[in-house]
Amino acid sequence: MLEVAGLNAWYGEAQALHEVSVRVGEGEVVTLVGRNGAGKTTLVRCLIGLHRQVSGTVSFLGSDVTRTPAHRRARAGMGWVQDDRGIYASLSVEENLLLPPRVSDRAWTLKQVYEAFPLLADRRKAPGTTLSGGEQQMLAIARVLRTGARLLLMDEPSEGLAPVVVARIGAIIREIKATGVGVLLIEQNVKFAATVADRHYLLSQGHIVETLDNSDFQRREGELLKHLGI
Amino acid sequence: MNAVLQYAVQGLAAGSFYALAALGLAIIFGVLGVVNFAHGAFYMLGAVTAAVLLDTLDLTLWWSLLVVPVLMFAFGVVVERLLVQWLLRLDPLYNFLLTFGLTLVLVELVKQKYGVSGLPYKPPKLLSGRVDLAGVVLPRYQLFVFLFSVAICVLVWLVMTRTRVGMIVRASTEKPDLARALGINVGRWVTPVFGFGVALAGLAGVLAAPFRAITADMGNNFAIILFAVVVIGGLGSIVGAVVAGFMVGLVEAFGQAYAPTYAQILIFVLMALIILVRPAGLFGRKEATA
Repeated sequence: MLEVAGLNAWYGEAQALHEVSVRVGEGEVVTLVGRNGAGKTTLVRCLIGLHRQVSGTVSFLGSDVTRTPAHRRARAGMGWVQDDRGIYASLSVEENLLLPPRVSDRAWTLKQVYEAFPLLADRRKAPGTTLSGGEQQMLAIARVLRTGARLLLMDEPSEGLAPVVVARIGAIIREIKATGVGVLLIEQNVKFAATVADRHYLLSQGHIVETLDNSDFQRREGELLKHLGI
Repeated sequence: MNAVLQYAVQGLAAGSFYALAALGLAIIFGVLGVVNFAHGAFYMLGAVTAAVLLDTLDLTLWWSLLVVPVLMFAFGVVVERLLVQWLLRLDPLYNFLLTFGLTLVLVELVKQKYGVSGLPYKPPKLLSGRVDLAGVVLPRYQLFVFLFSVAICVLVWLVMTRTRVGMIVRASTEKPDLARALGINVGRWVTPVFGFGVALAGLAGVLAAPFRAITADMGNNFAIILFAVVVIGGLGSIVGAVVAGFMVGLVEAFGQAYAPTYAQILIFVLMALIILVRPAGLFGRKEATA
């Protein structure tokens, strides 16, 4: 559903991504691993349409969206879970959920969201940012699920969270995958990545240096950890 | 006691103009990121338009309260499409230059057409004179201005907190990029929001018409105080704009009553004190200081 071919991105004169090619299929979970500054977040911002200084092509569900504005990409079915979770302080939990428009008939109802995430139901009237870090992450994920997004772009959803919350996020990702939604997951937590993903791209200094399937990835875990400097 | 209440009502009436105009300024800044230095000129245009409508078409204040905001909204839409939209991607310095330049142009145009002496404006009979409330005699018009502007502020607050439009405005104010990435066409709201902010400034002008000397320069001093209001309330904060507006009106009225020489200075002393204690203003978010 997502095909990225020969994508270059710049910040002014500085090139941040070089000829990046990435593919995510229906019901496929693909991770993007790499050190800080490798260009992972830049890539995701290019995909959702917030970083526009690019060349190459991004196609989504068969159409070229390289020049499409961000809000239209979201309406076509891309759901972004931002690295800082992107929860609105000036919106209540429920308003955070209701803000993005529904984009497909697989959209969740508010009732379904609250059944899957009961803690959000309890806090529905509270300002979004009064939730704990883990709850905010759940809210960010629930928010894009409610729209019925076909592809999730998740930027480090496990970062800074307790192991039990990370495990819950892993379970959610596997559930999403089972419904045919594609997931592009940015992850520094190699162990977590191995539990959810089918394939892995290793990004280094703006280049995709390796593409690994999950068994290779697990076999070479030690080497990858060393590369990531963790 | 009677005198104190009279100053209070006078202050709340004056504060009404600041509150309405600052509310418009806050909403515009929130969604466009543009500090509109022409807001004082829009306020002046509101008052002048009301005076002209009364003079030529015999439209009373009641009509002007309805018609002038609509006209000012339309004018705001034209200004946004013609000029302001080009600022959104530029350095904030251009925003200052353009909106300040626009102020000079508007003020001079009004001077050319209507001269420098004040235009007359009489409020409708119903609002003239004084009203006796259990022994306290208060000017009807000032009471009306206060109640009317509180009603408008409450209405705007309800729209902002209870409707989908308000939700989108809040989201676009707080994190515009994220709103876009969540499928909100933020750009579509820019023009109507600017028009709405201008309409509020115009409405403040209409309310001020029977109360202030209507001249081309009436917006200049108003704009200076208005920026003190915005700093006190917290730039971009809607509640802050309204609270600070009434607060500054009160300080001004009591200052003029008890220490006329220092009336204006008092407002800026208040502003300085608030910046010292809360750099982001009374209701500003911390991010606003960065």
